[in-house]
Amino acid sequence: MELGYLFTTILKMALLVAWIYGLLWGLNKKEIWKKALTILLAFGVIQGAFLLQFGDYAVFSAFDQGLLYQAVTMAMVAMGLNLIYGFNGQFSLAQWGFYGIGAYCAADITYRWTNGDASGLFVLGIGVVLAALALIGVGRLLRLKRGIPVLSAFTFYLVAIIIVGFVAVFVGKELAAAVDPGFGGRGAPGALASPAAVQIVFFLSVLIAGAFAAEVSFLFGLPVLTLGSDYFGIATLGFAIVVQTMMVNSDTILPFPEMKGGRGMIGIPKLTSWIAAFAFLLMVVVIVRNFIRSSTGRATMSVREDEIAAKAMGINVAGSKLMAFVLGSFVAGIGGGVYAHYIGFLSPSTFSFLAGFNPLIIVVFGGLGSMTGSIAASFVWIFFLEGFLRVLLAQMGTDAPTWRFVLYPITLLLLMLIRPQGLMGSVEWGFLRADRIIRRLKGNDAAQKGQA
Amino acid sequence: MTSTRTVLEIRELTKFFGGLCAVKNFNLALPQGALWGLIGPNGAGKTTVFNLVTGLIPLSSGEVLFGAERIDGLEPHEITRLGIARTFQNIRLFSNLSVLDNVRIAYHPHAGYGLSDSLLRTPKFTLREKELTEEALEFLSIFKLEGLAEETARNLPYGEQRRVEIARALACKPQVLLLDEPAAGMNPREIIALMELIHFIRDRFKLTILLIEHQMRVVMSICERITVMDFGEVIARGTPKEIQDNQTVIEAYLGKGVAGSAAG
Repeated sequence: MELGYLFTTILKMALLVAWIYGLLWGLNKKEIWKKALTILLAFGVIQGAFLLQFGDYAVFSAFDQGLLYQAVTMAMVAMGLNLIYGFNGQFSLAQWGFYGIGAYCAADITYRWTNGDASGLFVLGIGVVLAALALIGVGRLLRLKRGIPVLSAFTFYLVAIIIVGFVAVFVGKELAAAVDPGFGGRGAPGALASPAAVQIVFFLSVLIAGAFAAEVSFLFGLPVLTLGSDYFGIATLGFAIVVQTMMVNSDTILPFPEMKGGRGMIGIPKLTSWIAAFAFLLMVVVIVRNFIRSSTGRATMSVREDEIAAKAMGINVAGSKLMAFVLGSFVAGIGGGVYAHYIGFLSPSTFSFLAGFNPLIIVVFGGLGSMTGSIAASFVWIFFLEGFLRVLLAQMGTDAPTWRFVLYPITLLLLMLIRPQGLMGSVEWGFLRADRIIRRLKGNDAAQKGQA
Repeated sequence: MTSTRTVLEIRELTKFFGGLCAVKNFNLALPQGALWGLIGPNGAGKTTVFNLVTGLIPLSSGEVLFGAERIDGLEPHEITRLGIARTFQNIRLFSNLSVLDNVRIAYHPHAGYGLSDSLLRTPKFTLREKELTEEALEFLSIFKLEGLAEETARNLPYGEQRRVEIARALACKPQVLLLDEPAAGMNPREIIALMELIHFIRDRFKLTILLIEHQMRVVMSICERITVMDFGEVIARGTPKEIQDNQTVIEAYLGKGVAGSAAG
C-alpha cells in the first residue's frame, strides 16, 4: 500500500506537470480553434479523471481533488508574487494578506447572498467600481501638478476612497433592500436564490475580490514602495500581520459578525467547481503572461535589473513597481476567492504570515522569473507536502505527519544547493515563452531572399 | 556644423553633499551639434554634474535649461523623455535581459500602446510590437550588433557592452547625449573604434554630446571644446590646444611644479 501510494502520487505529480506542459504548448498555437481545443481538452482530462473510478479506487479521490484546488489557488498567488518578486524584484510578504483579503471578501458576498442578503454584492461591487474610477480620477488630477510628495498624493487617494466607501455603503444598502423580494421567502425561493444566480454571483464575487485586493494594494503600495527593497519587505510583513489581526477581530473591531473573528467563518457555499477553478487559473495565466510579454512587462523587468539605469532610460520606476504590485495583488485576490469557495471555511490562522512564506517558497522553488516554474511548482509542492508526505507519514505513526515540516525544508535546502536558480531557472514553456518575433522576422527575411 | 543655438544650458549649478561642495557654480552652454569634453582629476565632480543634469540627484541650487524649458527638479524619467540620455561610468546594462530587450526597454516611452492593449492583445499591440522590434533590430544593425540581439547582455565582452549601452541610450531618441567615461577599461584598438563610433553617431543622429573622459588621447582628438573641473569648480575652458597649454590645468593634474623641475 505504501509503495503503491508513493508510486501513484509521484505519477500524478508527473502527469500534472505534463498536463501543464500540454496546456501551455497548445495555447501557443496560432489558430484560435487549436487554442480552444486545447482548453477544452485540458479541462476535460482533469474532469474525466475526477469521474474515473475502478471499483473502490478513484483515480482522483475527493482528497486529491481538494489538493488540486489548493494547487490551483496556490498557482495564482505564486504567479502574482513572481510578478512582484521575480520580475519586478520587490521582495513582498504581503501577498498572503491580499490572498486573505480576497478570500474573505468573496466569501462574504456569496455568504450574504445565499442567506438572502444582496448587500455584500452591491456594496462591494459598487464600491470597487467607484473606487477604481476615483483612483484613476485623482491620479489624473495629481498629474496636472508637478512635484507632489508621495504622502500628500496618498492622502488625496485615501480621502477619495473614504468618500467612495460611504457612498457605496449607502447606495449599495438601498439597492440591496430594493431587490430583497427577489430572494423569495422560506420554502419558495425567488429568482435570485436560484443556482444559476448564485453561480453568477460567485463569479462576480471572485472578480470583485480581486479588484478589492488590488485597490487595497494600491493604497498600501503607493507610500510603501518608495522605501528601499529591504524596508519594503519588512513593511509588507507588517501588512500581512495587520490583515490577520483584522481577521481575528472581524466580529468585534470590524462590523462583520458573519465572519466570526478568530473562530473562523463557516457556511461559505462551496461553489468552486473544476470549471470555475480552471477558468480563473487560465484567466490569471493569460493576464500575467500578457503583462510580462509587453513593453510594460519589459519595463518591469528593467526595474529589477537596475533601477538607476531604468530611470535613465525613461522608465517611471515608481509607477512600474506600483503597477506590478497592484496586478500581483489582483491575482492573489482572485486566488483567495477561489480558495474560499472550495474550502467553505475560513480561519484567520490560514492567513498567518508564517503560512505566507509558502508562496514565497514556491516562487523560489519554481524559479524566480519563470511563470511556468511558479505554476508547476505549486502543483508539485502541494501534492508533495500535503498529499504525499502527509499521507505517507500518517501511516508510520500518529505524530509522524509533523515531520513533514522537517522533511520539506530539507528538500528545499537540497534543491537550493543543487539548483540555486530554482526548478525551472528562467525557462518558460510554450505559451509563456518570450515572443519569437525575431525568428519570425528572420524567417521573413529568409523567405524574401529565397524569392529574390 | 556647430550652430549658435544652445541646446543645454547649465547656470550656476551647485551641489552640496552635507558640508562638502561637490560642484560649485558650474556654468556650461552646449551649442547644438557640439562635442564637448568635460575633464578633470578624480573626484572633481564630473559625474555629479551628469547626475544633476539627468535628475538622479537633486541639485542644491542653480538652473538647468533644456532648450527654453527648465528641467531641474523633474523626475529622471521625465528628463530622459524630453531628450537627454546618458551612459554610465560603470556599465549599467540590464544584464539578465537580451540585447534586443535592452534596446526595446529604452523604446518603452514611445511604445504607443497602453496596458489595456497589452492585456487584451489588441491588433494595435501586435502591430506596434512588431514595428518596435523591427525598429530595434534595425537600430542594432547600425551598431553592428544585430547578430547579438538574442544574446544575454551579461555574456558580451566589455567593448560590446559599451556599444550596447551607447545604442540603448540612443534608443531613447535623445537630442543630447551624456557619455560618462566611455573609453574606461578599453584597449587601444577598442578606443579607436569607439572614437569613430562617437563621431558617427553624432552625425547620424544629429546629437549634441557631452563627454567625460580620462583618456587624454580621446578627449584631445575628438572634442571641439573642453571644460576642465577640479574640486567642483571649473578651472579652464577652451579648445584642446588651449587646454593643453593651460598652466592651471597642468597643475591640477600633475601638481604644482617645483621651480625648474618642470623644465627638466
